[in-house]
Amino acid sequence: METKKLAIIATKGTLDWAYPPFILASTAAALGYEVQIFFTFYGLQLVRKDVSGLKVSPLGNPGMPMKMPFGPKWFKGINWNIPNAVQSLVPGYENVATSLMKMTIANNGVATIPELRSLCQEADVKFIACQMTVELFGFEHSDFIDGMEYGGAATFFEFAGESDICLFI
Amino acid sequence: MDFSKELDARGLNCPLPILRTKKALAEMTSGDILKVIATDPGSVKDMQAFAKQTGNELVNSAEAGGEYTFFMKKK
Repeated sequence: METKKLAIIATKGTLDWAYPPFILASTAAALGYEVQIFFTFYGLQLVRKDVSGLKVSPLGNPGMPMKMPFGPKWFKGINWNIPNAVQSLVPGYENVATSLMKMTIANNGVATIPELRSLCQEADVKFIACQMTVELFGFEHSDFIDGMEYGGAATFFEFAGESDICLFI
Repeated sequence: MDFSKELDARGLNCPLPILRTKKALAEMTSGDILKVIATDPGSVKDMQAFAKQTGNELVNSAEAGGEYTFFMKKK
């Protein structure tokens, strides 16, 4: 049987959106797929050496439950409905939301991004960074983890054109 | 059921139980049985899907007290 192929374009650079590409890529690799992820625009944040700066913003995201990851059960169950106007004015609001989300992630036995990322690399998932956006945002190749390849849209299509599944995230 | 290796995936969430299963199987020989214990309710469907797609055989699975036990025979 010919090896199945999964091609992913990762375009988002927040802590929440860091998960889908790495979860799908690592799982597909475990199932025997050959996988490539093309990181472009804000997705480049996901392959920087230091990803501790990845944040989540509840601002303008009505789909995000705002629950506390600590305290008694009744307290954890409260959904804090904080108006956008307040979220946008309180300094450090994103930092607070981000540390609460990291706590929730740890409490639920969900892997960290660096962990999932190295699991992908161990499973031979190929990471390609979009050279155009690397330059556009003023990054250096040394900002990114080892094992990256650099290329453009044509590089992506070389693999994606033969893929069985192709996702834009 | 006899098994040659045990994997404790309790407390781990998607996709870690599957990734650890794959890794554990890689270190075993064909015909060996891996026992996996997980607490992720999603692992029930995921283990079936993993077996179907990789050709390893899910010989038995059971649930007791919020823990899921799987016996996977390496292809």
